[in-house]
Amino acid sequence: MKNNIDRRQFMRLAGMGGVVFASGLSGFNPARALGGTTGSDGSAQGSDFFFVQLSDTHWGFSGPAINPDAQGTLRKAIAEVNALSDQPDFVVFTGDLTQTTDDPSERRRRLAEFKEIVKDLRVKTVRYMPGEHDAALDRGAAYKEFFGQTHYTFDYEGVHFIVLDNVSDPAAALGDEQLTWLAQDLSQQDRLQRIVVFTHRPLFDLAPTWDWATRDGARAIDLLMPFPHVTVFYGHIHQEHHHLTGHIAHHAAKGLMFALPAPLSVPKKAPLPWDAAAPYKGLGFREIEQDGHSNPITELPISATRTALL
Amino acid sequence: MRRAKLIGATLLAIAAGGVGYAVAWAEAEPAHPLKVIKVSAKRFVFTPNTLTLKKGETVDIELSSEDVPMGFNVPDLASRADVLPGTTTHLRLTPQKVGTLVFLCDIFCGSGHEDMSGVITVVE
Repeated sequence: MKNNIDRRQFMRLAGMGGVVFASGLSGFNPARALGGTTGSDGSAQGSDFFFVQLSDTHWGFSGPAINPDAQGTLRKAIAEVNALSDQPDFVVFTGDLTQTTDDPSERRRRLAEFKEIVKDLRVKTVRYMPGEHDAALDRGAAYKEFFGQTHYTFDYEGVHFIVLDNVSDPAAALGDEQLTWLAQDLSQQDRLQRIVVFTHRPLFDLAPTWDWATRDGARAIDLLMPFPHVTVFYGHIHQEHHHLTGHIAHHAAKGLMFALPAPLSVPKKAPLPWDAAAPYKGLGFREIEQDGHSNPITELPISATRTALL
Repeated sequence: MRRAKLIGATLLAIAAGGVGYAVAWAEAEPAHPLKVIKVSAKRFVFTPNTLTLKKGETVDIELSSEDVPMGFNVPDLASRADVLPGTTTHLRLTPQKVGTLVFLCDIFCGSGHEDMSGVITVVE
């Protein structure tokens, strides 16, 4: 929450908690401003805050060799978030809330169960977006019944957040209509506006042969490029990954059901098997701090000893 | 009309880059007799899912779907086509390097979509 900067600042300085200095960086102001001031470059700044990103929970997945705790991992993750000494300002789920199913009624059952489980979060401001597992087979129809629009914006403490949907089109495209909407939204923003984009798939061509791309993602990046303070957080690839397109940083999150191999590291993409010696290895979530123009990330694991609410 | 299509196709081929090129069209109307390779798609498999092509030789991939809309994408050739039920789509490929290329379905088609891929082996 706001004004908890001392603990977080200490963590960063001490190198604790797996803090990664992975940020938009452009325009980073080391003499950061606090409390609704103006940055050295003239951009408006609100209070610093942090939020939590969870991704790829794949509720409904079944595969004991991949995750023998498929019914418990999401609940453990929620318990982990609830146990944070400082509670985040909000939580965001970056897609693939559920495992895909060809049965529309089963899809709705999984979405309903997921929604019921995440009610246990202490933080009540929760943002959602679909992944292709949730939305690609019905163009987001079932998802919208439970979680509303698949692309939208919101503003918080001087940061403009943009949620992009690159999954409801089964061809993994944003589409002309959404890109026009994005251009219109950006046309109303000051060039120095701090912008955070949430999406499911990478907007850049990370590994097209593994379907790790957005067909027209380059058009979205082109629209964002004139803004010097943009950071993208996404999911889909079930691992931490950091990439720059020009000055725009793209940060992929770990998943919460199974891990996937590093991009193109094996001939065929497949979930990594469960490691009984290291349960929940490769799974986790992250805290993201909004610190001036920077977004320091703290990667957090799922603890095998964490007791989930049942 | 046909000449215009071919000019457009040539431009597409130039844009595709140096690793090979491809041309897609929705009619069975090749300019010259080409080797035709039929590839059928159904959830969640291509048949066949291994192809062998010769470096520098243009082939006509004749694509069809037995059930739902699919995509046939060869990212390393910057080449793709929609594969729709009830119609046949042709995709010309001319790989320019020896090696292996992955092709995959790039239209999410169901619970086994992520495993729907194949390999093109390019030989001398």
